[in-house]
Amino acid sequence: MYGKADAVSLTLFLIQCLNGLQYGTLLFLIAAGLTLVFGVMGFINLAHGVQYMVGAYLVFAFQQLTGNFFVAVVLSLVAALLLGLLLEYFVFRHLYGRDHLDQVLATFGIIIFLNELAKVIFGPGTLSIEPPEVLSGSVQLTEQLRYPVYRFVTILAGLAVAVLLYITVTRTRVGMLIRAGATTPEMVSALGVNIQRLFMIVFGVGAMLAGFAGVIAAPIFAIEPGMGDNILIIAFVVIIIGGVGSIRGAFLGALMVGLFDTVGRTLLTEGLEVVFPPSFSNQVGPALASMLIYILMAAVLVVRPQGLLPAKGAH
Amino acid sequence: MRMDRSLLVMALVFVLLLAAPFVLPPLGQSYLLSLLIKAMLLAIAAISLDLLVGQGGMISLGHAAFVAIGAYTAAIGLESGIENILVLLLLALLVSGLCALVTGALALRTTGVYFLMITLAFGQMIYFTLTSLAPYGGDDGLTLWSLATFFGSDVVQGSGQLYLIILLTLLASWWGVQRLSNARFGRVLRAARDNPDRTEIMGFSIFRFRLTAYVIAGMIAAVSGLLTMQHAEFVSPAMAAWQRSGDLLVIVVLGGLGTRNGALLGALFLVIVEEVLGSFLHEWRLIYGPLLVLMALHAKGGLSHLLFPANRTEKAGVTRVNGEQA
Repeated sequence: MYGKADAVSLTLFLIQCLNGLQYGTLLFLIAAGLTLVFGVMGFINLAHGVQYMVGAYLVFAFQQLTGNFFVAVVLSLVAALLLGLLLEYFVFRHLYGRDHLDQVLATFGIIIFLNELAKVIFGPGTLSIEPPEVLSGSVQLTEQLRYPVYRFVTILAGLAVAVLLYITVTRTRVGMLIRAGATTPEMVSALGVNIQRLFMIVFGVGAMLAGFAGVIAAPIFAIEPGMGDNILIIAFVVIIIGGVGSIRGAFLGALMVGLFDTVGRTLLTEGLEVVFPPSFSNQVGPALASMLIYILMAAVLVVRPQGLLPAKGAH
Repeated sequence: MRMDRSLLVMALVFVLLLAAPFVLPPLGQSYLLSLLIKAMLLAIAAISLDLLVGQGGMISLGHAAFVAIGAYTAAIGLESGIENILVLLLLALLVSGLCALVTGALALRTTGVYFLMITLAFGQMIYFTLTSLAPYGGDDGLTLWSLATFFGSDVVQGSGQLYLIILLTLLASWWGVQRLSNARFGRVLRAARDNPDRTEIMGFSIFRFRLTAYVIAGMIAAVSGLLTMQHAEFVSPAMAAWQRSGDLLVIVVLGGLGTRNGALLGALFLVIVEEVLGSFLHEWRLIYGPLLVLMALHAKGGLSHLLFPANRTEKAGVTRVNGEQA
């Protein structure tokens, strides 16, 4: 009996770890764009979360239209990129050199607009889509542990993007310019690099990454107006933990936050039940669990206010 | 003379606000009174935020959390049988002050946009903590069946009296922040905003001044929360939602950063815009959002400067963020 209960909780723990990993890779996709845009342009984009929401709605709409998930994914990515470029052209471009407050105000306005627009077009309720047929099964990992294929694929996709991004930033010419632009934008500009175009590329990539996160999250989470707001704040926590402007930092921070949030929640509730009476742990557990990642953030701030892996010479 | 002009504006607004409860109800416009109350409560919180943003260059995006802390502390106090409004006020000040001290001390280890992200994160933490307070309504919030009293008397409950109390609180916080800004304290805050290194070398502990400002601002916001609770007879986690913090920031920026009347004008403006837009379009946010974008792109210096362009000495539209290298 004892052994079986043990195995069940171990299975639960493993599932939580996988969920944490999956949440972490999703967070990374969002935080990477956010941290790049801030690192290179010094631009604080609150509307980054709403671009995640747009990605989710786009894949929903395109799947309704085309009936094929993969076609919908490609179309959504293109549309997310276009939206990002449009926003850059009409709004963000004029705010790069400006006070952060103006940037906050403008991007806050965009959030309000897009959230309301989503509500008007798709209604205030939650929507959902099914993962594609090919990915709808689940994998038998151990005797008791089955895990959905789709979630595995999202983990792999997230990791693939992370590797791709890392190679781009460290090994290619554009990546070199991005790193140089993050440290001394004036100098890069003076050397004859079209900094405006570089900014546009970085912004477009960031918008597409956020959109991609929304796309792959759509079959897992509920699609609803305002779904990007909370995840934006978590992405900020990720960036604070990892260090602003740093892709590696965003990756480390995202995995830490993802695992801490998912696994920590379970361990905390179970742990409290062992030590305290259930009435107490039922009251305090949820409150404490929702504070976990912020406590992690506070701890990092105490030890290393600049973040765990800050970009060298960033703003 | 220029200084007198902004005082004149404040006096005019104050007289109008004072006259409103005597003039509006006979005209059948009691609804306007509740709008004014809403604007005044927002203005109190925004005035405290302007001490941070306008004077100190500390862009906080989690200020609404302190409003909610004030409201929840008072509501929980009421539920536990404490009825005296002065005791509740003391509790609200104490709890919000402590929260501000802890989160402020952590957030102020960084500057600039970091500070913004961290205040946003702590605000969200408080939001989620409030939603998980199951005994006090959790997600749905808490309707109060009894309200605070003044030593057993219901003088602080009627909407007429409450209107006056809120107006007086508004005046007091306006005056208090004004005094602080003009005092040495405010000058050090501004100096730290404009040139942190020099200020530090002159022997001022920037951290201490900023933290003090953060705690004071949090406590004033909590007073606004307590009054909101007493007026609405209801508290909910939505008070701490980050969009409310965004609204406060919008008020401060639109009104005119660091100006005497910016927060007050901004609050009145926001409530009016919401009401007017909302009256002819249910989806008024579709207009409000782009309006904010346009304001950010084109309206530098806020309402105070659009309305009273002569007030140039009041340094508005400050473009530096605390301690950040350009």
